[in-house]
Amino acid sequence: MRALVSSVYLFLYAPIALVVLFSFNAGRNASEFTSFSAAWYGKALSNTFLVSALQNSLMIAFTSAALAAVFGTMAALGMERLGPRVRAVFDALFAAAIVVPGVVIGIATLVALVAVFSFVNPALAMIWPGDHPPQLGLGYGSIIAAHGLFSMALVAMIVKARIASLGRDIVEASSDLYATPLTTFRLIVLPQILPSILAGFLLAFTFSFDDFIIAFFVAGSKTTLPIYVFASIRRGVTPEINAIATLVLVASLLLILTARVLMRETKSKSGE
Amino acid sequence: MRAQFNTRFNGLTMRAAKNTKRNLVMAALVAPAAAWLCVFLVLPFIAMLVFAFGERAPEGGYQAAFTFAQFANLPTRAAAFWNTLMLAPAGALLCLLVAYPVAYYLAVRANPRYRLILVSLVVVPFWTSLLVRTYAWMYILGSRGIPNLLAMIGIEDVRMLNTPGAVLLGIVYGYLPLMIMPIYVSLEKLDRRLLEASADLGAKPVSSFLGVTLPLSLPGVMTGVALVTILLLGEYLIPQLLGGGKVFFIGNALVDLFLQSRNWPFGSAIAVTLVAVVAVVLMVAMRIAWKVAGTRQVDLV
Repeated sequence: MRALVSSVYLFLYAPIALVVLFSFNAGRNASEFTSFSAAWYGKALSNTFLVSALQNSLMIAFTSAALAAVFGTMAALGMERLGPRVRAVFDALFAAAIVVPGVVIGIATLVALVAVFSFVNPALAMIWPGDHPPQLGLGYGSIIAAHGLFSMALVAMIVKARIASLGRDIVEASSDLYATPLTTFRLIVLPQILPSILAGFLLAFTFSFDDFIIAFFVAGSKTTLPIYVFASIRRGVTPEINAIATLVLVASLLLILTARVLMRETKSKSGE
Repeated sequence: MRAQFNTRFNGLTMRAAKNTKRNLVMAALVAPAAAWLCVFLVLPFIAMLVFAFGERAPEGGYQAAFTFAQFANLPTRAAAFWNTLMLAPAGALLCLLVAYPVAYYLAVRANPRYRLILVSLVVVPFWTSLLVRTYAWMYILGSRGIPNLLAMIGIEDVRMLNTPGAVLLGIVYGYLPLMIMPIYVSLEKLDRRLLEASADLGAKPVSSFLGVTLPLSLPGVMTGVALVTILLLGEYLIPQLLGGGKVFFIGNALVDLFLQSRNWPFGSAIAVTLVAVVAVVLMVAMRIAWKVAGTRQVDLV
């Protein structure tokens, strides 16, 4: 049993470890490690397309995760007081945002945005006083919107679970002591749900940073890091991709580990 | 009398005012998320439905119409549907075979001191880039990887990449964490006293497992299989990178239709069908899960 489980762990980590190892390989072959070299990292980091794709990805992930953290938390707080029917609709929509395959979300968003733009852009051109009316199009905004959808549902679910595990008594005690609802929120509720909000933010950031398929449809002419990596893989597997892949792995590892530590803190505080 | 009425009336208006304020606050809290869900989930779905009943414009894209032609055309992509509907459940079951022993070990056998870290080690890969993890296998199975090693010891011309086997391997690799977790959770909740009782009554470990542990972990198994199957139905990257266009899923057909041949109405019809398939799988899974949970629930306290 032990041997079997160990081999599954080996199966989970060996391929990743191999990519990391061969990102330091001087040679080009995956079958032999010739000598240690960090040259592929230098090559990757001096690639301006890659660096700008990385910047785009970071900006998109940060914006969509921040929006999701704020709006998702607000929704989780507000949903508590909704009537059962409206809440069921909300729950179903959030669940749909998570369950519907990314490829369908990407297509649906693309189709809807292109349809909306085809109405809005001519209208804008008519009412615009200057010569060069703004043209709405696919780009950063549409990626942030589509990533924000999934992320908001994710944050709302995590924060809602945390709110459900909060004791009502401490909130009631606070209002019995004449704290205004806002003060109660600031001093009692917010400190307790903050770790779960942060965890939600980090998971949302990771999701957006790693997403390929949604961005592939709605990115327009913009490039994110996964889109760049995908395109380079199709041009041919090179050791440079191993270096990029290692950087991506390290970034997501740091994010997910922080999120897990935060989630664990939340759990141990609530005594689960 | 009149004074009494007045105070009561004031109390009522105050409560009403308080309620309106509460409702306003609540509405303000849920409004942004509600707007987001409407504009970026509900509206896109409506648009996709409209497109699915439309026609392809000569230059690509969409032309208004009301026709079932796109849906009648679905059989031309039967291969993609067939591959997806065969390989997604097959991949999920293969995942289950690998995942169950791991989940069982983590929940029942593992040293509690190391349990948390072992569980973390399972979850972490799921949250790292699927693209990079799939690429790792592309690297290993590709011509410079294992086939190259085999050639060195004299076994020439072995093709591993772009086969159904490679796709299945990638599926198991990518979705294993998602299968292990729900099974682990359901096994962790298992009441150990049931196993002791079973042993006290003379059951051998194997029959204890088959009669007690396995049935009680079925809800977790169901959740895992349903989750993985549903995600696999919309998979694109794994068949694209490891199947190389020879083993393609519905997701690959969709990307092809939208970004290469620009047949948006037909693509929309396929996407709508895919959502319907996902919904059916979800409903069946929920019904089975409900049945399993309904008849198997054992409360020892």
